[in-house]
Amino acid sequence: MLTLLATEPTTLQVVWYCLIAVLWIGFLVLEGYDYGVAMLLPFLGKNEKERRVIVNTIGPLWDGNEVWLLTAGGAMFAAFPGWYATLFSGLYLPLFLILVGLIIRGVSFEYRAKHPDARWRNAFDWMACIGSFIVSLVFGVGFANFIIGMPVALAEGSNHLHVFTGGFWSLFSPFALLGGVVMVALFLFHGANFITLKTRDTVHERAKAFAQKEGLAAIVLGAAYLIWANVAFGIGALGWALAAVAAVALVAAWVAIRADRDGWAFASTTVTILLVAVWIFIRMWPNLGFINSGTGIPLDRVTAASTELTLSIMTGAAVVFVPIVLAYQGWSVWVFRKRISTKNIPDDVATIPVSASA
Amino acid sequence: MSPETIARWQFGITTVYHYFFVPVTIAMSLLVAVMQTMWVRTGADKYLRLTKFFGKLFLINFAMGVVTGIVQEFQFGMNWSEYSRFVGDIFGAPLALEALLAFFLESTFLGLWIFGWDRLPKKLHLAAIWLASAGATVSAVFILAANSFMQNPVGATYNPFTDRAEMTDFGALLTNPVFLATFPHTLSAAYMTGSGLVLAISGWHLAKLNKADRTAQEDADVSAFRWSTKFAAWVLLASGAAVILSGDFQGKVMYQVQPMKMAAAEALYETAGGDGEMAPFSLLTIGSLDGSRPIFEIHVPGVLGILAKNDPYARIEGINNLQESYRQGALVNPNNALQQAYSDKLATIGISDFTPNIPVTYWTFRIMMTLGFIAIAIGAWTLFTLRKDRLPKHSVLWSFLMLAVVLGPLFGNSAGWIFTEMGRQPWIVAGVLPTASAVSPGVGVGSVFATMVLYTLIYGALAVVEVGLMIRYAKAGLPAEVAPVEIKGEDDVLSFAY
Repeated sequence: MLTLLATEPTTLQVVWYCLIAVLWIGFLVLEGYDYGVAMLLPFLGKNEKERRVIVNTIGPLWDGNEVWLLTAGGAMFAAFPGWYATLFSGLYLPLFLILVGLIIRGVSFEYRAKHPDARWRNAFDWMACIGSFIVSLVFGVGFANFIIGMPVALAEGSNHLHVFTGGFWSLFSPFALLGGVVMVALFLFHGANFITLKTRDTVHERAKAFAQKEGLAAIVLGAAYLIWANVAFGIGALGWALAAVAAVALVAAWVAIRADRDGWAFASTTVTILLVAVWIFIRMWPNLGFINSGTGIPLDRVTAASTELTLSIMTGAAVVFVPIVLAYQGWSVWVFRKRISTKNIPDDVATIPVSASA
Repeated sequence: MSPETIARWQFGITTVYHYFFVPVTIAMSLLVAVMQTMWVRTGADKYLRLTKFFGKLFLINFAMGVVTGIVQEFQFGMNWSEYSRFVGDIFGAPLALEALLAFFLESTFLGLWIFGWDRLPKKLHLAAIWLASAGATVSAVFILAANSFMQNPVGATYNPFTDRAEMTDFGALLTNPVFLATFPHTLSAAYMTGSGLVLAISGWHLAKLNKADRTAQEDADVSAFRWSTKFAAWVLLASGAAVILSGDFQGKVMYQVQPMKMAAAEALYETAGGDGEMAPFSLLTIGSLDGSRPIFEIHVPGVLGILAKNDPYARIEGINNLQESYRQGALVNPNNALQQAYSDKLATIGISDFTPNIPVTYWTFRIMMTLGFIAIAIGAWTLFTLRKDRLPKHSVLWSFLMLAVVLGPLFGNSAGWIFTEMGRQPWIVAGVLPTASAVSPGVGVGSVFATMVLYTLIYGALAVVEVGLMIRYAKAGLPAEVAPVEIKGEDDVLSFAY
């Protein structure tokens, strides 16, 4: 009965919080670029072959990237059911928007190729673009709200179930809205760097030109976000240090893309996204991004957590399988490492104009 | 309507829809893997053409399975947050393991398979589809283990301090008798569905190609489709046999752990059998509109006892008796540790009606079995039609049979899941957590209703696109295929690109 009074987390609870952070970071870094690529698809692809080049930069990878999100959700459910229950019911409508975005972009990549018609393909390209935009924007707003803290209280008649007490519109504070815009801007930059890295010729040049311009916007918006976050919701000196390195990496990405160092540019936006996410997850400790109001048992890392038995079983599985997953996902990136250009795209549907309006 | 009712409708709609794509994915990935293996082993062109043809149909279907699956995972937290909190310690683990062990495997290697034709050596490329297929199967292991916990909550106890169910034995989840029965039943039903689809498309083409003056190209097509039709028909028959055997086993397990579901499946109101009497199996019962009493019945004596206990003279408890004993505090399954530990708390919640919707359970049970038997019969008839060197004749009847062998298992799956899930009511975790207590308290009726309408509209629109594409590509027939060439130069044309 000692655990009844525990307020300090156990080792396994800390381990699982870190693992969940790793899964979210994996998702943000990996799907970050494929959201960016999909958002740019209708704009950077001026003809059907160019669009196909852009789609094929992420074609073999996007689905595996998305599993990072599914696993992050599953891990929260298994390791911190209290967190999962309150968060997912509290963010009901935003999550619905995310699901709609994921649905329409998910079918687009496969379905666009299945009918040689300009309007058909154009429609799915826009679905991929808009779906990715919605998901990026809503996740950006969501993570900003975790920084601010979501107000929760015990549900009526329950001793353990916490519910979100802010309304739907309370999620759209100025800082949260900036968070949404920043995530879109970062992913666009990250995605443009990825396209530049993975292509040759016309698409490569156009993506690079876009990254050089959009990178500036990402830097300005990102800096505003990091300063605001540190001033208003600070986590101390470490927070400033993380933010400073993230900002330097973002500027380095812009310098690198101008200097034709595509690989360095992509690596730098990766570092930025990673460090911003680390900042957010440090900020969310120990209350998991919630602010408890009222009395009774609070919702935090200890009360939301699963039992030690469940956590230890899951730790065993993670120790064995996470390295295996990393190995084969890394191998799959290696298999598709070659840059592609319109010369690699078959001629079968080359006669299709890019859209009815273009 | 209460939030519970709408949340249940939403779950029902999204699950039934999702489960049109899951069994096809599980089975077709395997069938395509076998076709490609035949190609790698024999080098015969027809197997490569079949692989590409059915591979394309598989991918059209797979895309829908992926995007509708995410909705399912999120829904537990969104609509059923008290359920998630209450059983997360046990139920969350298989879901997380499903993602870690199955989804990564399936999606990564499917990406390698789709785009890897010209970049991977032949055998490594073949391994990719086998690993993707294994991922789909492993995913079924975990999701069915999780669902079986809801039917028969083993390996857990109730902790009154944290007020939730907590895991005591993970091994018990994977040796849950319900899981051991459900896994082979669901998996073989999936193989019936996938093979039904392959059989139907191949058989339809065969009949169309069955004409006097065939070209050499058409002869090659006949040879390929003949092979795939017979192959699919044999898979259908074998999996059909497995469905029947595992279904019989499942009935016995169900009677042990969920006697009310068995009684509801039979619309058996009064206890029957025992003391030298035989319990009847209902072939047909017409009930009153509210389902509270039977009006007209046709019975076969003894069969129910055999189904439930392998004994024609077994005593089978009826709905009314079970209802009465549950009202007096009896446990659904007296041997279940979680049900025992939670019984005091449950008594304070107060629940008075322990019967599921009888007409729904009764009819879905029969629809499931009837559709399954029809599909098996069509599989046998196909093999008979194709005996020696014969080909089917192009006729309305043949086309109808080919359509039925697709839709039979597909809707049979739906009926089976509706039976399983509705038959468990009023429980979300059998004998422990009432469904009404499991809904998210912070989510308004309006949100659940609005999203349900929107999901349905999106799913409806996607269904039109999906079915349209499936028909279009199924009709197009086998591609004229040349073996892929490994790309070397940077300007080489890709053998596959979106």
